[in-house]
Amino acid sequence: MSAIERLPEIDNGLLRFLTCGSVDDGKSTLIGRLLYDTKAILADTLQAITRTSERRGLEAVDLSLLTDGLQAEREQGITIDVAYRYFSTGQRKYIIADAPGHEEYTRNMVTAASTANLAIILIDARKGVLTQTRRHSYLAHLLGIPHIVVAINKMDLVDYAQATYERIRGDYLEFAATLGIGDVRFIPLSALNGDMIVDRGERLDWYQGPALLDILEDTPSAHSERDEAFRFPVQFICRPQQAGDPKLHDYRGFMGRVESGEIVAGDEVLILPSGTRTRVKAIEFYGRSLLRAIAEQSVTLLLEDEVDISRGDMIVRAEKLCPRAPAPGTVSTRTALVTRRIETMLCWLGETPLDAQRKYLIRQTTRETKAAIESIDYRLDINTLQRMPAESLGMNDIARVAFRLARPLCVDAYAGNRSTGAFIVIDEAANNTVGAGMIL
Amino acid sequence: MSTLALQQHATLSHLDWLESESIHILREVAGQCANPALLFSGGKDSLVLLRLAEKAFRPGRFPFPLLNIDTGHNYSEVIDFRDSRACQLNERLIVRSVEDSMRRGTVVLKSPGESRNKHQSVTLLEAIEEFGFDCCIGGARRDEEKARAKERIFSFRDEFGQWDPKNQRPELWDLYNARVHRGENIRAFPISNWTELDVWQYIERERLELPAIYFAHRRAVTRRNGLLQPVTELTPARAGDVVEELSVRFRTVGDITCTAPVESAADTVARIIEETAATTITERGESRLDDQTSEASMEQRKKEGYF
Repeated sequence: MSAIERLPEIDNGLLRFLTCGSVDDGKSTLIGRLLYDTKAILADTLQAITRTSERRGLEAVDLSLLTDGLQAEREQGITIDVAYRYFSTGQRKYIIADAPGHEEYTRNMVTAASTANLAIILIDARKGVLTQTRRHSYLAHLLGIPHIVVAINKMDLVDYAQATYERIRGDYLEFAATLGIGDVRFIPLSALNGDMIVDRGERLDWYQGPALLDILEDTPSAHSERDEAFRFPVQFICRPQQAGDPKLHDYRGFMGRVESGEIVAGDEVLILPSGTRTRVKAIEFYGRSLLRAIAEQSVTLLLEDEVDISRGDMIVRAEKLCPRAPAPGTVSTRTALVTRRIETMLCWLGETPLDAQRKYLIRQTTRETKAAIESIDYRLDINTLQRMPAESLGMNDIARVAFRLARPLCVDAYAGNRSTGAFIVIDEAANNTVGAGMIL
Repeated sequence: MSTLALQQHATLSHLDWLESESIHILREVAGQCANPALLFSGGKDSLVLLRLAEKAFRPGRFPFPLLNIDTGHNYSEVIDFRDSRACQLNERLIVRSVEDSMRRGTVVLKSPGESRNKHQSVTLLEAIEEFGFDCCIGGARRDEEKARAKERIFSFRDEFGQWDPKNQRPELWDLYNARVHRGENIRAFPISNWTELDVWQYIERERLELPAIYFAHRRAVTRRNGLLQPVTELTPARAGDVVEELSVRFRTVGDITCTAPVESAADTVARIIEETAATTITERGESRLDDQTSEASMEQRKKEGYF
């Protein structure tokens, strides 16, 4: 049977996940092991690391060398970045966001976490729950990653002892409860020996749960688990009058991606921020009419009425609109979803500290507005989770910040919607992205 | 328990997801940039980009022209393909050539037969300046090499076109920042998250036509440093070379002087996918790391088309 005939009929989509931990926890070895055991490593790469391992006098191939680029950077003190790696099992495609784990790289972890649907938090079985474990867990929770897997690694160095695993599991659960982390799974493994990664191995017989890859294969895709409100930020407007085709003369297509929920042709919709009501006349994609469009699908919407819409407006389903409790100071508009004031958790990414006197630019969905800082309520010490007073914010700081906005934004709370609840802060003078925020 | 039973709502297949992400990126370029261009070589990745642009913008025309930097050392099949595809799509194609830069004196070759690949960037910068492009859309992928694994989807270049790894913008969620000052430039990579296998699967699904040199054909080649070197006017056989006629295909197409074909009998997209997928979906159970089996599996991969 040829390889292509073995590709399954059902494609289980794509899962983006994040690995948190430092080199010392065996993170590089874990990633190397996943890539190696799923055959994502090409022969030339494997040959290169085999030679390096031999040169260093190692008995087995050191799989952590596959992510060696990061280590080299660290030695040279260059900014360490998120690296993206890919593998596929034939059933599912995976994108790993590999972020370094040290405290000064909070901004990298926040970046990597922003697109992940699952986080693997690595714990060294010899060391148990550490400060960095708490930090990683808090950030994964803050960034709204719905699935957390705590991988208790280096079981080979504690004689594969179940008691060690159970003790760490207990410690973690106790601390997770204080954060409000709900869905956590635990798995004992040895990345070095490949136990419980793709294969179960023979030394962890007391563990009855699934191996790591089985967890990944079975994790529900983003947007699949609950009902979501339909959100469609308009990206681009298609008016092809010049095409010389009279049928297209009045064509006005609103192009964008369904950020959450779904829409069916004929549904009644609201245009935000104006509040205009109309209906979806058709959902089009590359010359075809679709009955419905689901989350993450890029389509073109045609509307019944000629309404004034521009890039940055948002189309929502009329009956599914859940009004937010208006925050104090919210400028009253047709719905509470549209606001000129946001309360946020902000992670500062810029090398230049936040200047509370300055105006910044906020980009949320496809919309931009100038923003002023109304207050910095507190800065969070991410190791102790203590709240500290703050006048300004430096790189990697996380704080509760309220903004006043020059133009209204159409928002949801980040906890309920990771697309319409997220924003970036841009320094207009340098054009740089200096902050990332989550709307409360 | 089957995975699908856990899912209450339908989600996209992996190719549909990648396609949709790429369309979203292309529309963000169109929405944020005043004067973008799409780099189009006639190669497979840029042909995928064109299909994605059709899906992003039809029934409208593309909100950007196609830009090709011609080294003058390209296979004629690829150049013909480039021209006919642009014509079929009824989109504007701008061609700027390295040979014009040589005549202007902005590109100086050390030797006449030298690879012109690296000189393309001079001509590209000249084109960017000539037309005032603020963004160039390209078909690079993160799986291509180690250094690319950290590249942004919207990559910032200064007025000299330089990529400074220390001066890249954090990229969170899918909130891209394409703002530049005059003279600066963004390179946008809509298929960053695609692998080579994804590209081939998409080509098959969309039934995209490709230049013939991507498929197995008989070609006179010599072996140099473990790679095959096609025998052409630009790359004649040297004294002592053994010229063989082998069945080969190109995995990438670029400057003739530095693009090596691989030995292959894959003459259809399905067979190319089979070769590309072989290492990722066979023998999943094999996982021991001792040298012997590592060597053996490497052999296996080489046989199946990898170098």
